[in-house]
Amino acid sequence: MTANLIDTDSLLLLDLGSISTRALLFDQVRERYRLLAAGSSRSTAGAPFNNVLEGIFSALDSIQKVTGRTFLGKDQNLIKPSTEFGTGVDTCAATISTGPPLKVCIVGLLDDVSLDSARRLALTTYCTVVQTISLNDRQRAEDHIDSFLQAHPDLVIVAGGTDGGASQSVMKLLESVGLACYLMPETQRPVMLFAGNLELREEVETNLSTLLELHFTENIRPSLDFQQMDAARSKLAQIYTNIRCRQLSGVMELNGWVNGGLIPSPTGFGRVVSFLSKASDSKKGVLGIDVGASAVTIASAIEGELTLGVYPQYGMGESTGKLLEYGNISELMSWLLHDFSEDQLREYLFTKSTYPASIPVTEAEINIEHALARVVIRKAVRSLLDMMPEKAGHHGDGLLPWMEPLIVCGSVLSKAPTLGHCALMLLDGVQPTGVTPLLLDTHHLVSGLGAAAAVNSLLAIQILDSNSLVHLGTVISPFGAARPGTPVLRIKVTYENGQETNFDIKYGTIEVLPIPHGKSVRLHLQPLHNFDIGMGAPGRGGTLRQVAGGVLGVIIDARGRPFKPPSDLRRRQELYRKWLWTFGVH
Amino acid sequence: MNEFLAPTFHVLPLTVIRRERKLPFPGKILVRKGQKVGANDAVVEAKLSPKHLMLDIAMGLAVSRTQSERFIRVKPGDRLAKGDLIAGPVGMGKRVVRAPQSCQVILAGSDQVLLELTENLLQVKAGMSGEVVELIADCGVEIETTGALIQGNWGNGRIDFGVMTVLAKEPGGSLLPDQLDMSMRGAVILGVHCDSENTLRLAQELSVRGLILASMLISLRAVAEKMDYPILLLEGFGSLGMSKQAYKLLANNGRREVSVNAQEWNAFEGRRPEIVIPLPGEGGVAPPRMLERLSVNQQVRSVRAPHAGEIGRLIRLCGTVSLPSGIRAQAAEVQYDNGEKAVLPLENLEVFI
Repeated sequence: MTANLIDTDSLLLLDLGSISTRALLFDQVRERYRLLAAGSSRSTAGAPFNNVLEGIFSALDSIQKVTGRTFLGKDQNLIKPSTEFGTGVDTCAATISTGPPLKVCIVGLLDDVSLDSARRLALTTYCTVVQTISLNDRQRAEDHIDSFLQAHPDLVIVAGGTDGGASQSVMKLLESVGLACYLMPETQRPVMLFAGNLELREEVETNLSTLLELHFTENIRPSLDFQQMDAARSKLAQIYTNIRCRQLSGVMELNGWVNGGLIPSPTGFGRVVSFLSKASDSKKGVLGIDVGASAVTIASAIEGELTLGVYPQYGMGESTGKLLEYGNISELMSWLLHDFSEDQLREYLFTKSTYPASIPVTEAEINIEHALARVVIRKAVRSLLDMMPEKAGHHGDGLLPWMEPLIVCGSVLSKAPTLGHCALMLLDGVQPTGVTPLLLDTHHLVSGLGAAAAVNSLLAIQILDSNSLVHLGTVISPFGAARPGTPVLRIKVTYENGQETNFDIKYGTIEVLPIPHGKSVRLHLQPLHNFDIGMGAPGRGGTLRQVAGGVLGVIIDARGRPFKPPSDLRRRQELYRKWLWTFGVH
Repeated sequence: MNEFLAPTFHVLPLTVIRRERKLPFPGKILVRKGQKVGANDAVVEAKLSPKHLMLDIAMGLAVSRTQSERFIRVKPGDRLAKGDLIAGPVGMGKRVVRAPQSCQVILAGSDQVLLELTENLLQVKAGMSGEVVELIADCGVEIETTGALIQGNWGNGRIDFGVMTVLAKEPGGSLLPDQLDMSMRGAVILGVHCDSENTLRLAQELSVRGLILASMLISLRAVAEKMDYPILLLEGFGSLGMSKQAYKLLANNGRREVSVNAQEWNAFEGRRPEIVIPLPGEGGVAPPRMLERLSVNQQVRSVRAPHAGEIGRLIRLCGTVSLPSGIRAQAAEVQYDNGEKAVLPLENLEVFI
């Protein structure tokens, strides 16, 4: 690969999160890229600093103390490229997720066609849809105008009109948007992304270019039964960054440091998930979940085709106070291992949303935090299922198709008391089926590597290829239904020394095969009672020739799918104690 | 350990308070720099979400779209009374289009006329008495005053001012409906805890100008949000008592005029619910900071359990420790008045000033 010969530069990765700003320094050590130092600081996008650079300077100061390397010149600019005196860095990449979600108005012809595509596009970055305009909404033009002025969107996404299809209906809808923009002060007008019938480009430009900033991209719905998101998703990410440059002080300077390459964190995350899917020989999909404070981002890719969803309403930070607007409190209560009243839970969610950076101190509080993580992951998984392409194949019941591997990140997971807690949260939240390696991104690298890939692809590949992601273990989850205690999977383990062991796994249990990290075994899996483990058909078994042991070993989750925790609190406490014990948590 | 910047929580007997009062969009500033304002004075105003009406002139006059423009008799900016002529007359029947109500013409051309029907004015009030020290281009002002500042944790989004009546005789206990009477009309009430919907509703009937509490049952939140008067919680939801410091400061200022700004907490924008008691004071004092470096001997407040809302003294920075929850985090040891000590994550502490 050409990159081997030329990409040997140091790289500084900056991540502007809603709670913290992080700086990571990578450089070559013995001809391989390594993470040399990491520093973080409080996010300074909001009050009282109102400038993201303050947080960056502080995070850089932390890594300067560790490495002795100076990154900033006297003019407070990044020294780039590095100098012979060892100051500065050769390249820089950055991601951003801080700031309130963009307010978006989506415009499309029909609710379940172009409007649906526009909504899916909006879901690929930090957006909240504040208004929808379509032919179906039965509102008059003046109602559209009034709602638009009240919603005050930052961005308008327009879809509609298949290629060579409707044109006048689209222009009619845009007339309301244009009039509303005309009534807004110039500095307050939104940006428009037109992703509809491109034959209208000239007409749209003529009618709207004097009123607002216009961007065009490929038609996301060129025909009724075909949807294409790639180009529009990239364009939207670019627009998001441009808007942030205007909204948040310091972002424009940062974008200058990265030569205009600043991207939203989900874009970087999706890029890596898509890359891993393309690089894999498996027909299964790759799944990534980032349980962040500002949003839950979920990405899946099958043969490189990416489905990306960003859900600010499920973020573990400020939005927790509003979580109950999106679901029933009983769902949260069903995962708890302590006896909390509804009011106590609501009080907890209020405190969490008021102080999103605060940390659970007591065992009871972390139990709520983990229950919350399970709820938001489940919600994100269900939302993803609605968007996945048909070829992914669904099991129904809110279950994902076969995925390999599953990459996860987020403080609630990486800062869990033990990796066993983390794994159990994932098994409950994601409910994987079949054979799924679990990879935990403890340093929150994946999004950043997606940004880094644009400037140094070799670095991104080498870091992903190294042990920077913690392999928790490979999960085997037979899919089917049986009575508790019924054997549902027969496993023959062949160790590296040729020794063999046989196990029967009973329905309703979690078992761990203690395969040491770095060792691998051969597994022959034979589902019983017509259970399915993703080897072609229900009841069909097969051999996995090289299954690497993770930090937790090989995990067999035979609790059934979809898994629902027991409704009785005592029974739940008993089982979770047992399952955590299985993971070595005593 | 790196220096840790913690947010501050203010209960200050006398300080300089400078606050922005602005609209999220351009409007008209109603005051000038240097002007003294009262809490109830409007400082900036703008039209709020006006209603529009689009008239299809071609359809109204029953003429073709190409013909209709020449029958339009109004131009953008015209103010019309109900029944004023907009277009026509046309034909034998002298068909016309008239203004359905008083309105302003926004656009007129081709075959359509866009009217703005209503002019609801949104006025932003000063919220505290003081001096206008800065004008913010077209959208607001900065007001400065000296006085006591007490920050809170939750507000129902209202703002008002009035003379404070102290009903709480100590930093604990519930505010009961029978403690409220007609003498409290127009007053700001200081209680400690509210666990009764009746109390909130009775306060509304009595037209109180504000209710300051330490805490309230979370089940009352929805009702509190519907009340027309400001409700401000110093500590939050649950059954939390008031800090001695806040109680003493508020109780000592009974019968004074207080401004209750029960705005929603917005950490990103630096807005927090607060009570301002304007008091005579000397200028030149720096406004309180929003962040402070954590250090030994500071008074700190824990934002969540254990010791939620309690104020103690930071006696030791512990570095990274393992908490009872199993999470590892940078922490500090805090000692409370009763001698009890607790190791709490730095992220859970506010510097109490």
